[in-house]
Amino acid sequence: MRDVPEHPDWLWSSPEPKRSYDVVIVGGGGHGLATAYYLAKNHGITDVAVLERGWLAGGNMARNTTIIRSNYLWDESAGIYEHALKLWEGLEDDLGYPILFSQRGVLNLAHSLQDVRDSVRRVHANRLNGVDAEWLGPDEVKEICPIVNVSPDVRYPVLGATYQPRAGIAKHDYVAWGFARAAAAMGVHLIENCEVTGVEVAGGRVQAVQTTKGRIAAGTVALSAAGHSSVVAATAGVELPVQTHPLQALVSELLEPVHPTVVMSNAVHVYVSQAHKGELVMGAGIDPYNSYRQRGAFHIIEQQMSAALELFPIFARAHVLRTWAGIVDVTPDASPVVGKTPVDGLLVNCGWGTGGFKATPGVGWCYAHTIAHGEPHPLNAPFSLERFTTGALVDEHGAAAVAH
Amino acid sequence: MLLIPCPWCGPRDEAEFHYGGQAHVAYPENPAALSDEEWARYLFFRDNPKGRFAERWNHTAGCRRWFNAVRNTATNEIEAGEVTA
Ligand SMILES: Cc1cc2nc3c(=O)[nH]c(=O)nc-3n(C[C@H](O)[C@H](O)[C@H](O)COP(=O)(O)OP(=O)(O)OC[C@H]3O[C@@H](n4cnc5c(N)ncnc54)[C@H](O)[C@@H]3O)c2cc1C
Ligand SMILES: [Zn+2]
Repeated sequence: MRDVPEHPDWLWSSPEPKRSYDVVIVGGGGHGLATAYYLAKNHGITDVAVLERGWLAGGNMARNTTIIRSNYLWDESAGIYEHALKLWEGLEDDLGYPILFSQRGVLNLAHSLQDVRDSVRRVHANRLNGVDAEWLGPDEVKEICPIVNVSPDVRYPVLGATYQPRAGIAKHDYVAWGFARAAAAMGVHLIENCEVTGVEVAGGRVQAVQTTKGRIAAGTVALSAAGHSSVVAATAGVELPVQTHPLQALVSELLEPVHPTVVMSNAVHVYVSQAHKGELVMGAGIDPYNSYRQRGAFHIIEQQMSAALELFPIFARAHVLRTWAGIVDVTPDASPVVGKTPVDGLLVNCGWGTGGFKATPGVGWCYAHTIAHGEPHPLNAPFSLERFTTGALVDEHGAAAVAH
Repeated sequence: MLLIPCPWCGPRDEAEFHYGGQAHVAYPENPAALSDEEWARYLFFRDNPKGRFAERWNHTAGCRRWFNAVRNTATNEIEAGEVTA
């Protein structure tokens, strides 16, 4: 356990928006803030505004369960998530701000022969891509996480797990504040309570955004609005292959440290870690229907709890302290869209669905490159909007164990 | 949990239903004539409004029949009178 720093004083200034910027980023979540930071740091572009309809990082950035890993199956995914993980490893020094990044490893459990085959395949694929990965038997799982029930006498026994030692968790709020503080110090304008209500296009080129604080002209408009991506893009006449769903999570009351790593199970469907302060953090899948309400149904939570108890009988007396939901933008292949749109100067970063926190520095890096050069970075080039037409999907559904 | 009005069984808990996504998406009449863009649109693009949304539900734990409803995705309210078999 580490000491948690005091709640900070203001880390960034709150300027009035100018009437024009080189780059306007729509959405002040983790991705928008990281993009602004790398635009300034890597490309020297500082005439940048991040427009946020609510308060900074109050969307999914405030609501996720902070799992960071890069053990995805396909080369394209391993590329961008491993780039992100390498950046996470130096981020605290880079930002000069504590982010409580803790590389405690992740176990992705296998409960059926098919799970085992898929997992072993993924371990080999990971190794070929330079991603640390091991296949563990039930006894080795127990060594790493003694509270997991590996008894063969349960409905879905643990047959083994993939293990990525470099995976872990970080403190999401501090990550956002660290990026915000560093970006603001380099001259980026962070503007809260400023909703983009329309994107102005003329002659096939983006001109400006309409906002609740007036019209703001921009050379480039870079969307990073997560669950609201479809709504904003539609005002520019751009349709996106995403559906917006609630995704819930919960925490227990504070407990003594009992859980040393991150455990994810696709088959019984729950994932669990223990936060620095001591609460158990758990989540699972989306609520099935489309919705922009940031809440979900309790039976989804009950299903997560029954799965958690199957794996961790020791949790039987723990109490749920709080449940909440974010709204996530899900694509057909469970991979993001990061790149150009049919409108010149309008870029999109969306579709990270249930798993984009771990990508925060990586996507910020690549999206900043895309903005600066008008062309994607090699690591986000495969995640184009055109792939749905060409058929070059990056199908991580199922392939990547649980999606988070 | 949503309370969903099945046109045959009446209002039932959401847990009894399976979601079917956007309603009124017809299979292309002449699939062989579609361009790649049109196929992409049919396969991968669905409306995602913040507001009124016509959608499909199946009452899997009840009568097992499909029906359409109109729900507001900003409030989750299902419009009375817009549930159709
Ligand atoms: C419960 C839950 C658990 C999750 N767990 C994990 C996990 O363990 N690991 C992981 O990697 N990922 C996880 N995720 C996913 C991750 O949180 C998201 O993929 C990621 O946060 C999305 O990027 P973001 O931080 O920029 O999004 P957000 O923080 O949602 O930022 C988008 C911002 O855009 C703003 N916005 C929207 N519309 C407008 C507008 N018109 N004008 C101005 N601003 C606008 C929003 O207010 C919001 O602040 C989880 C998500 C949820 C909800
Ligand atoms: Zn019925």
